[in-house]
Amino acid sequence: MAVILDETARVVVQGITGQQGLFHTKRMLAYGTKVVAGVTPSKGGQAIENVPVYNTLAEAVQEQGANVSCLFVPARLAKDAALEAMDAGIKVVVAITEHIPVHDAMEMVDFARRREAVLIGPNTFGIISPGKSKVGIPPDQYFKPGPIGIVARSGTLTYEIVANLTEAGYGQSTVVGMGGDRVVGLSFIDMLQRFEEDPESKAVVLIGEIGGNAEEEAAEYIKDMSKPVIAYIAGKNAPPGKRMGHAGAIIERGRGTFQSKVNALKAAGALVAELPFQVPELLRTLKL
Amino acid sequence: MKLYEYMGKELFNSYGLPVPEGTVIKSAAEAKQGFAAIGSPAVVKAQVLSGKRGKAGGIKFVDTPEEAEHAAAELLHMSIQGLAVDQLLMEEKLKIDQEYYLAVTIDARAGKPVVIASAAGGMDIEEVPEDRIVKKHVDINLGIQPYHAREISYRLGLKAEFFPEFARILTGIFLIFREKDAELVEINPLILSGDHFVLGDAKITIDDSALAKHPELPRVEEKTENEKLANALGLAYVELDGDIAIMANGAGITMGTIDAIQYHGGRAANFLDAGGGSNKEATAKALEILLISKPKAIFINIFGGITRCDDVAGAFAQVKAEKGIEVPVVIRLVGTNQEEGLRILRECGIEAYKSMNEAAMKVVELAKLA
Repeated sequence: MAVILDETARVVVQGITGQQGLFHTKRMLAYGTKVVAGVTPSKGGQAIENVPVYNTLAEAVQEQGANVSCLFVPARLAKDAALEAMDAGIKVVVAITEHIPVHDAMEMVDFARRREAVLIGPNTFGIISPGKSKVGIPPDQYFKPGPIGIVARSGTLTYEIVANLTEAGYGQSTVVGMGGDRVVGLSFIDMLQRFEEDPESKAVVLIGEIGGNAEEEAAEYIKDMSKPVIAYIAGKNAPPGKRMGHAGAIIERGRGTFQSKVNALKAAGALVAELPFQVPELLRTLKL
Repeated sequence: MKLYEYMGKELFNSYGLPVPEGTVIKSAAEAKQGFAAIGSPAVVKAQVLSGKRGKAGGIKFVDTPEEAEHAAAELLHMSIQGLAVDQLLMEEKLKIDQEYYLAVTIDARAGKPVVIASAAGGMDIEEVPEDRIVKKHVDINLGIQPYHAREISYRLGLKAEFFPEFARILTGIFLIFREKDAELVEINPLILSGDHFVLGDAKITIDDSALAKHPELPRVEEKTENEKLANALGLAYVELDGDIAIMANGAGITMGTIDAIQYHGGRAANFLDAGGGSNKEATAKALEILLISKPKAIFINIFGGITRCDDVAGAFAQVKAEKGIEVPVVIRLVGTNQEEGLRILRECGIEAYKSMNEAAMKVVELAKLA
């Protein structure tokens, strides 16, 4: 078991003929991901890395039974691509693209809800269930199968923590990046619920950052979880009003501060690491 | 991108929404002329992109041309929360019967637009008690419907005769919010003056990711010179007030690096996210930006997923050879092509760390000695 993504996923890459799309398609294939189709409008009919390329998502679904989409489409075209995927019946859309306008993101999120699709991102590294499949761009060499579920807002920080965990002997069930933008498809709670129900996941690592109140909300859910949660929140020393790289990582009008998140998480019974490398140390204090 | 009040009001005006008669002023002499056009009494407001302007003394009421000139001279010498005042907006002073708060913004958690309104306008909305604030989500595709305006009007306690005009204003600002890709359109106060509404202030923030779609909008620069330079290279850069310059790859890990520096007793001079997957050239430019801030030490923290360690090391060697780097440098380098990266650094006399934590400790120690 894993959550959202396992070895049965049939992946279509949108924007497969672009530089990023091509590079990561190769890496996904090398990892064992079943990339069954690519879509680039007006470039259909060819094959890339033995993967057939179509002009439309509808064809990719009909011909190859694609059920997960991975977007490497430029920001100004990304909304259209995501809507096309969901309209074609795709139930998991992974939007890697960054700098998608937030109004576009709201329309994507809205459509995903109406189609009961899972939208991962925008501005995410994607999702990986180690040993089974990965959709997106995570450097898979640091990931190992195991009992830790991870949900994060940011990419490289996740790799850092995953590498620490793997080195300490803690493999991962599924690792998902929600995305660094203000409006994204998944919430921490969406993922915490899935990990709570997943028999393979024994503990959850939540990697948050300043800005918004997603972590405070997550804390409300953590109170009632049976599985332990370990959290790290980046941005303790970020000044208010400045975007720390991610559109979502901004302390506005005193909201979304480090301290309010840490307080909420601790009150809910989560263990909170002060620095990334302390996450495995905190795991060691638990009986898994 | 935040718009100045006068830009926001020009936008309101172009959507047919009622704003006070006003003129932009850049000198005390212009204030005198402006006053002649506006008439008495008038108000002069500093144009800055920060809240709490009123409390900082950035708004003055004037009754004569001399007062206008004097007030303008005074305001143009002010700085509000560190921001210099170089433009003023002079407007007619309105008779105020009641002040409301009205805004459309994004509820990130819900992923939806939200209207926020209050009959306690004029003050900072953060200080208004929750039970006096009306919040109403709006479907992104349907937009404002008559029932939204009706419900909010009732909850604000408006008299029925004002419902149609309120609905027109709410619809108008939502249209601006959608058509201009705004993150926030805020009016505080929305003034009831006699038998009509006037939009007394304008706070509009446009989504930076959507600016390319809007060549018609003015451009407002809020960044420092270094920040502009870095942003032009596509790097996320924010100046901080410490003395250890930082470069890392990825927003989250850059924040984590700053946290590690502070944890060990140091202070970061900046946030510089060189991005995942930057090439040698971009990395070299990022390093040059670090040097401009004249730090006491430099910390480069690379955990390469897509970023290649040999590119980073090569960029470092190049900048060191071309520009010279006088201050101590600590590098943590892990990832793709790591061995080649480490070899290049060794040639520059640098032994890179594997552990981010040990590297952070070391750079703090070196900065203290410097």
